[in-house]
Amino acid sequence: MTATQKEHKDPAMVERERQERRRRPGMGGGGRAIGLLNSGFLLLWGLITTLPLLWAIMSSFKTNGEFRVDPMGLPSGLQWDNFARAWTAANIGQYFVNSVIVVTMSLTLTMLFGAMGAYVLARYEFPGNRLIYYGFLGGLVLPVFLALVPMFFIVRNTGEIPVIGQFLGLNSYLSLALVYTAFSMPFTVFFLTAFFRTLPSSVAEAGIVDGCSHFALFFRIMLPMAKPGIISLALFNFLGHWNQYVLPLVIMQDGDKRVLAQGLGTLAANTGFRADWTALFAGLVIALLPVLIVYILFQKRIQAGLTAGVLK
Amino acid sequence: MKKGTYPFVLAFLLPPVGIYVMYMLSPYVQAIYISMTDWSGLTATQNFIGFDNYVRMWNDDQIWVALRNNMILLVVVPVLTLFLGLFFASMLNVGGRGRKAAITGVRGSSIYKVVYFFPQVLSVAIVGVLFKYVFAPESAGGILNGLLSAIGLDALTRLWLGDPKYLIWVVVLVMTWSFVGFYVVLFSAAMQSIPKDIYEAALLDGASRLTTFRKVTLPLVWDTVQVGWVYMAIQAMDGFAIVHIMLGVHGGVDGAGDVLGVAIYRAAFASSRFGYAAAIGVLMLVLTMTIVILFMRVLRRERVELG
Repeated sequence: MTATQKEHKDPAMVERERQERRRRPGMGGGGRAIGLLNSGFLLLWGLITTLPLLWAIMSSFKTNGEFRVDPMGLPSGLQWDNFARAWTAANIGQYFVNSVIVVTMSLTLTMLFGAMGAYVLARYEFPGNRLIYYGFLGGLVLPVFLALVPMFFIVRNTGEIPVIGQFLGLNSYLSLALVYTAFSMPFTVFFLTAFFRTLPSSVAEAGIVDGCSHFALFFRIMLPMAKPGIISLALFNFLGHWNQYVLPLVIMQDGDKRVLAQGLGTLAANTGFRADWTALFAGLVIALLPVLIVYILFQKRIQAGLTAGVLK
Repeated sequence: MKKGTYPFVLAFLLPPVGIYVMYMLSPYVQAIYISMTDWSGLTATQNFIGFDNYVRMWNDDQIWVALRNNMILLVVVPVLTLFLGLFFASMLNVGGRGRKAAITGVRGSSIYKVVYFFPQVLSVAIVGVLFKYVFAPESAGGILNGLLSAIGLDALTRLWLGDPKYLIWVVVLVMTWSFVGFYVVLFSAAMQSIPKDIYEAALLDGASRLTTFRKVTLPLVWDTVQVGWVYMAIQAMDGFAIVHIMLGVHGGVDGAGDVLGVAIYRAAFASSRFGYAAAIGVLMLVLTMTIVILFMRVLRRERVELG
């Protein structure tokens, strides 16, 4: 598109182009067509990525009439009422709160237990160390669908345990958080073990010489030192837990306990192509906002973390 | 070793291992046994029936439809995504030709990388709901048909979700849409680690963009492509949320958009045939493992040794 993007075939051509550029400042020379075509594709994909999302945001501000008659047009006014209807009548508010509760619990448990396990596996020698490590790793390649059926029964049965059963079982926040935690363990342990191994042992040794207990060593020294790795992984797990769909579908069968992604899916299925589209889109925007905010704040880190997840 | 090491190790390992074994590992082990029973989940009776569920699966036409669709997802989505991902990544990282022949991405690369990646952080549920309405009939606000007529391609408008022919291809498009950005960023990371002087040398030799891509970029990011391919194959086996939300629990019109994940969910939680559902799960495990091993072997052999 500009002079910086064209192709250079050979020195003579480069020279010719340079002259040409001098004559017409800001314009390119040969190879411009290809450059233009390529830039065109980049722009086109940019549009393909953003337009559906912009459309969803726009639709969330329309009236149902506008949405139906002129789906691509701009909204005539901002119908904040759509959000109110989505939040209360369509229960999105309740689903949102459920998601926040479950993800807060599951993220805390995942990061705490994951860090504990990874730390011990990375820095302590004991019989069975390798076995446990590979046991965790194996979980990385198992398809979640195979586990679905038995997991349903395990969760249901824990609800029958006396005393603690009332906090577990189906439709329980804690159970869903524990399931998320279990399914996040393989990658969390994998990533954090590698991370704890890279930390210098001199600090840990100094701590031991000073009479630091193992617990204090972990919580006061190692955990703060591992902060960058912990944060990257917490972001990774936050997105994973917040976006989870099939696990809550199995465990949260009670309407009031649904999490956001699941509630939105059910809402879309139930309204079909008839009812309150704009409230549905408002719900979609409500569901989209937390990940959008987290992504904008941490996009470098999220991209690095998620891609490292594949390469490690 | 310091005193009290073993109690400490035990205390630290017990919670993570306990939760992992209870909620994740043990279900996998149980699933294999359940797949050989006629368990409905509602009754206490759980009769061992050997491979009957697997025989039933073999004779179940719907499973074959789901299997075929999974194969389409497995082949088409990775090919499309890899092609687009490599193309965009090379444009964004080494596609630009700055003054003094500096190798950079085209203008606006950093913005493109942020925008392209965004679908990756979206919930599949959001993606499913969104595209259900993109592909909806115009009378229900579907924009794809609206866009097509707006640019004079009325002939291409159809009831995308109403015709069995198109269902799985709609899923392919939606999946590709949400995958590409991730692979752009993944390949970008790999391309940025290629020394710039290799490109400068290629440039001085008068290599075209395409030759440079084929002879320099592709061989040097091949390892990443290979890992990405396997990872994508595992992802593409899924398709659950998109099909479940866009097409419903029966896989759309005539069940034509069905995938194995949805078939498992349906068998277990809609028809209470837990034994059968577990058997489909085992099929999925076997397929996933086969594909991972196959991909690894085939791709390893073609690996290009460079530098």
